[in-house]
Amino acid sequence: MSKDEQEMKKEQGLKKVYMDYAATTPVDPRVVEAMSPYFTEKFANPLSLHQFGQEASEALEKSRDVIADLMGARPNEIIFTGSATESNNLSLKGVAFANSGRGKHIITSTIEHPCVLSSAKWLEQRGFKVTRLPVDRYGLVDPGQLEQAIRGDTILVSLMHASNEIGTIEPIRSIGEICAEKGVYFHTDAAQSFGKLEIDVNTMHIDLLTASSHKMYGPKGAACLYKRKGVKIEPLLHGGGHEFGLRSSTHNISAIVGFVEAAKLCKKEMEGEAGRLTLLRDRLIKEILKMEGSKLNGHPTKRLPNNTNFSFAGVEGESMVMLLDSYGVAASTGSACSSTELEPSHVLLAIGLRPQEAHGSLRLSLGRWTKKEEVDYVLEIMPRIVERLRTISPFKGWKE
Amino acid sequence: MNRIGPYTQEVIEHFKNPHNYGKMENPSGVGKVGNVVCGDVMWLYIKVEKDRDGKERIKDIKFETYGCVAAIATSSMITDLAKGKTLQEAMQIDKSEVVNSLGGLPPIKIHCSVLASDALSEAIYDYLMRNKRVIPKEVTERHEVIAQKSSEIAKRYKEWIAMEEKMHEK
Repeated sequence: MSKDEQEMKKEQGLKKVYMDYAATTPVDPRVVEAMSPYFTEKFANPLSLHQFGQEASEALEKSRDVIADLMGARPNEIIFTGSATESNNLSLKGVAFANSGRGKHIITSTIEHPCVLSSAKWLEQRGFKVTRLPVDRYGLVDPGQLEQAIRGDTILVSLMHASNEIGTIEPIRSIGEICAEKGVYFHTDAAQSFGKLEIDVNTMHIDLLTASSHKMYGPKGAACLYKRKGVKIEPLLHGGGHEFGLRSSTHNISAIVGFVEAAKLCKKEMEGEAGRLTLLRDRLIKEILKMEGSKLNGHPTKRLPNNTNFSFAGVEGESMVMLLDSYGVAASTGSACSSTELEPSHVLLAIGLRPQEAHGSLRLSLGRWTKKEEVDYVLEIMPRIVERLRTISPFKGWKE
Repeated sequence: MNRIGPYTQEVIEHFKNPHNYGKMENPSGVGKVGNVVCGDVMWLYIKVEKDRDGKERIKDIKFETYGCVAAIATSSMITDLAKGKTLQEAMQIDKSEVVNSLGGLPPIKIHCSVLASDALSEAIYDYLMRNKRVIPKEVTERHEVIAQKSSEIAKRYKEWIAMEEKMHEK
């Protein structure tokens, strides 16, 4: 082990491999450049009447035009917010409070992001009814099951476009069609997919869509909610009436400009980047699955181009993440031990993993600066890390 | 102040280079604690021998642990603390001694240190039982608490485990 340790120390100094792009991304230098005038020169409040304000206002409205165009929306259907969490809260609570006269039933799934699940739970405590659709072993929602779950008093269906944990891409086009047919609002959390997958709110029949800046090489602190014209929602933040009265707060103009620049770049480079990442992803999956006691979580092909998620038998996730870190590799896990609740990932349990499999999970997510050499490096050290933890573990019978 | 994530340098050192890990052949006593559902399992082996004064000492100690960084570090630390001690002394090692020796643990990980001291206590209990010895009241009481805890965990997750087993049969 001491030799291994020496080797580790040597590598530690040399390597720095970021494979946690699903958690957050670095800001693209081109985005930083686009943002920079908006801190010192074009810093004003877009609502101010003077020339400084007009300049900021122009940038804001131009940004709105661009982001709307990227998803097939109209500019007045875009509400800029501070985070995907805020956009999701605004969708669920905003729709619930504005439409409770029509009904109090909301449908979501068991694998949504905590901000959707917690908002749904909060509404439930205030008299709303919530149906949480189960998923299959890949994490896919069954549109037929959704159709059956819609009732006369259903006001909203909120289902994510792609999973942040296991990368599974949901059949949102079919889901949107069903919702449109039944006259129920459809919200989709596209925080992980916007900028990576083609999205058109019209052909996909989306009424509300959450997109986030910091998952696609933009700055933190900017996001948006697409809200189809005519969809009724109540604001969460009351005040000066910004964003059509639906989100009061002085605009974070530099972050909004950065968000939109990042979205533009993603769209421009989407096809090539998706192809490049899919190759790296599939190489990682193919090689990791050769390791004894390893399995892939999520769907093999209906999957974000940058997401991989594995479980390793007899190994605990936090320990894996920490050992990977000592080799310079950044990853994350759905193990209970890394969470504040001491319960393993609700997503991994929802796709039918046993708790011990969920504890042994590892997410490696790739991005714009991931190179083949980095994937190869991870493939080289993974067997060492897993073997080392298995040596310490009392479970030698994990093979059965 | 030298921390890596939520952990002290000492925790990381013990995690990366754990002391006294591995299986022990013919141990005098074994303590098995934890639950795989919760994500931490510790097995602690002790070898007890009499010293020149006739006192029973922990001559050798080893652990096998499945768990997080804190679980592995506390396992390693408790073997350091117990090695060479008389049984009397070893019985006095509690979770706060483990935590302090590691320079602290995040509050949410304190249960890992409880697990480590439970494992030691159980190994001593097992040794005393095997040798049909009088077991001190506090060790018996502790054993009962640990047994109670593990049956509660099994009960709490029974439905969950059954549900998942069903899903797997499909």
